[in-house]
Amino acid sequence: MEEKDKKQESLYVKLIPYFEKYGILLLLVIMILVMHILQPDVFLSWRNVTNVFKQISWQSMLALGVFMVIVTAGIDLSVGSIMMLSLMILAIVAKAGAPWFVVALVPLFAGLLCGLINGLGITLLRMPHPFIMTLGTLYIFRGTGNLISGGTPISGFTDEVRYLGHGRIDLTWLGLEKSQYLPVSLVLIAVVYFVFWVFLNHSRTGKWIYAIGGNPSAARASGINVNKILIIVYSLCGFLSGIGALILAGRTDSGYPNAGLQSELDAIAACIIGGASFFGGRGTVLGVFAGVMIMGILRNGLNLMDVSSFWQQVLIGSIIVLAVYVDVLRRDFGTRK
Amino acid sequence: MTSTNKLLLEAKGITKYFGTITALENVNLKVHEGECLGVVGDNGAGKSTLMKVLSGLYKPSQGALFFEGEEKVLESPKDSQILGLEMVYQDLALAGNLPIGENIFLGREPTKNIGFLKFLDFKKIQEMTNAHLDKLKINVKSADQKVEELSGGQRQAVAIARSTAFNAKVVIMDEPTAALAIKEVGKVLDLINKLKSTGVGVIVISHRMDDIFSVCDRVMALFQGTNFAEAQLDKTSRDEVIGWIMGKK
Repeated sequence: MEEKDKKQESLYVKLIPYFEKYGILLLLVIMILVMHILQPDVFLSWRNVTNVFKQISWQSMLALGVFMVIVTAGIDLSVGSIMMLSLMILAIVAKAGAPWFVVALVPLFAGLLCGLINGLGITLLRMPHPFIMTLGTLYIFRGTGNLISGGTPISGFTDEVRYLGHGRIDLTWLGLEKSQYLPVSLVLIAVVYFVFWVFLNHSRTGKWIYAIGGNPSAARASGINVNKILIIVYSLCGFLSGIGALILAGRTDSGYPNAGLQSELDAIAACIIGGASFFGGRGTVLGVFAGVMIMGILRNGLNLMDVSSFWQQVLIGSIIVLAVYVDVLRRDFGTRK
Repeated sequence: MTSTNKLLLEAKGITKYFGTITALENVNLKVHEGECLGVVGDNGAGKSTLMKVLSGLYKPSQGALFFEGEEKVLESPKDSQILGLEMVYQDLALAGNLPIGENIFLGREPTKNIGFLKFLDFKKIQEMTNAHLDKLKINVKSADQKVEELSGGQRQAVAIARSTAFNAKVVIMDEPTAALAIKEVGKVLDLINKLKSTGVGVIVISHRMDDIFSVCDRVMALFQGTNFAEAQLDKTSRDEVIGWIMGKK
């Protein structure tokens, strides 16, 4: 009897890590199936699927940046503002007639610099929590973006600048129709997520990011320069927001004052749905991707069914609470008592 | 045995202020090769502060540290690690979300370098972990187990394994048995004896007289941040040491 219990327990214990790793993907698959059943003609059509990826393209960059920050048990509330400021700088530089590669690189540097400011503020100014520093820069960066642009939209970019957000990879050589193209932003998401997956899981710096989230004093005692790593993390988060700005520039062909408004909350929501822990040290790149996808599919599916955006808000909020509750239940089973 | 063996670590006149509070005042300490020094004292006597000074986590306000006869200034725990001075913290300083092997080599992971990029060599980490745990006769299910899944004694063993993974010369342990079940205490004390026999100098901070009297060669007492008393273990008794802790000679 006891032997049998032990066996069952060990099977259960063996399953937990898989559930932890892939449970969120299961939810994603279920959602796709449900949407497919509800909208059989439209939802899985080429056009709609590429649409979903185009819609989540810039959010996925913000979410990935915020995810790294959350792994260190921090938070970045300023990503939406960083993206808006980077976008405005891009628009101004474009309007001034700079060559396309300058226009395309400028938001990346602007984002990196904004992230660096966050990182330096949190470490050097010894802010009691990253929430405060990035709440401050949420206002500062957006205010700056409005100051430099006069608070009005600036439109009209060249095709090169718009390539990442708007470009299409033609697939007619595969025998597909002209309308069945691959959005460049989809390829970009795949490449960026893969690079950051390698970075977080296989590089030494990535391992230290997880260690800091797990136990910052352990990391410090191990001789890890915690402040330096945090500065790198916030800078990379800003850099990803800069990529988001470049994508958004391509999608909308315009820099506008409301860009990325409240998108920091979407980014945080995607991380939480994807299984990242606010206490740090936990979560996967794949999970964040699933989190972004779940939010994107939910919005897309509800739009297809003509559900009002107010209901979308209610549903997304409910999913956040539900996802975390499932996580709490799982942890109750999984941890040693 | 102590005075004839090589002097490994010496602290002279260590003083540490935190604002207006004097945590340590003119404290001296010595530890030799293969020797175990017990450091006792009441809460707030300055034991943990002294250990953090020795490990480079705090910089002393005054005083100097000598390692194998040479004066050393420790800017960070990294500096003390390079010298072969390792610390096992009371809160164990392990990252529960990482596996055993990655904790043991945290901050000093073997890497494969491609240009300036440093990728972790997971295979090597696993091999080195298994070899090291075998050497210390520490039993765990697998080096891939996360530390948060281990018992208190296993965690302590991992912390000690961590401190000795890189040919440590001096290992400082802060309350190594405080959080352990009784049956696990013996294993940790065995580990300390094993370290001593390989020539490592060990400093044990403990409240437990049983620990002090079963592994230490010498004992010193701190009282209100100062050196209060010191003796070879065979020249003193439990009652006397307990008296020192309370400030009585």
